[in-house]
Amino acid sequence: MARLKDIPAGEREMLMNLPLPSFDSTPFVKGGPLSERRVAILSTAALQTRSDRTFARGDASYRVIPGQTQPNDIIMSHASVNFDRSGFQQDYNVCFPLDRLRELAAEGVIGSVADYHYTVSGANPPERLEGTARQIAGLMKRDGVDAALLIPV
Amino acid sequence: MIREHTDAIKPPRALWVPFELGRPLGVPNDPAFQNRALRACLELLDAESGPVLKDYPEDVPAELGSVDFTGMSCPIDLPQPSSNGYGFAQDLLLEIQQVAPWYDLAVSQRGRTTVGISDLDMEQAGRFLAGYIEDEATPAPRGDLTTGRLLKFVCEDLKAYYSEAASAQPGMSASIAVEHWLFNETVLGKLLWQLRNTRTEHEDDETRYFARRSLIPDRQIQYKGATVYHS
Repeated sequence: MARLKDIPAGEREMLMNLPLPSFDSTPFVKGGPLSERRVAILSTAALQTRSDRTFARGDASYRVIPGQTQPNDIIMSHASVNFDRSGFQQDYNVCFPLDRLRELAAEGVIGSVADYHYTVSGANPPERLEGTARQIAGLMKRDGVDAALLIPV
Repeated sequence: MIREHTDAIKPPRALWVPFELGRPLGVPNDPAFQNRALRACLELLDAESGPVLKDYPEDVPAELGSVDFTGMSCPIDLPQPSSNGYGFAQDLLLEIQQVAPWYDLAVSQRGRTTVGISDLDMEQAGRFLAGYIEDEATPAPRGDLTTGRLLKFVCEDLKAYYSEAASAQPGMSASIAVEHWLFNETVLGKLLWQLRNTRTEHEDDETRYFARRSLIPDRQIQYKGATVYHS
């Protein structure tokens, strides 16, 4: 998230005029304590491993980042040029905080870190990503995940 | 992504952070700062009822802070890329070599690079970009991609190469400092502007979209007083 006033006028106008999805309900589910949760990351930064297919414009599919992926193997193929990449280039944790999650797990703040993490390209209307989101939710369940950390860029 | 959207969509739990787009954890290479923001987010899981939208109170240090674009204007018009008889490629390849020591240092310090989506080395990438600007029939060094798609990847790799190098230098920790240098003070920046300025009305949809929306950040376009396109 970001301050609207920090976004250039043209981009700001586009963001404010984006059609937003509406929902009939606001589901809210309580789970176990944080110290027992298994956490997975879902990033919209179009991250991928070097051997993955790059994200094409309008690509609403997902990529998997296995937990043991080496830092040098994580790259980005997002279409947008209107967000900072220099932070990610210096330290991927600034948008994909895998090391931070591992530390929190070691400290006992969270229960564990999932074996698999997921990325999509946020440069898509939300409804185009619904099927992908449902697939990812199913995969996370099979990984025992009960807390998804959604991180936009 | 922005508070107004979250407020309207009402996800079960959300932490609004004041950081710039692209840096949702705030500060690169500051594990303690990232840890605080991440814990504040994860602790929302313990909320008894929702939806919850909480504002994170801590901002990034002032030197990395937000940029006020009001009244910003480019003090000088950039010259066209020099045409010294050898074409654009020579200027760009020389600059790529000049950037290399800082890029190598950045990779050594960080143990990683984000360059690589084009699968070309920087000299190949530079030759293709410079060649394409002068002649769109320049042979593409990869046959498995459309020229437009390869061009996007080449530009992203070159930008990442320059950006990784620049951000390893002292006094270049703010994203806007790196971006301003790249688009206003380098041969690469001049060539990217040249590419944009000559393709915003291109007959090919992919090339036109790339030039308008997917090459130069809107804030740089606005800074230069050029037209911002939305499609």
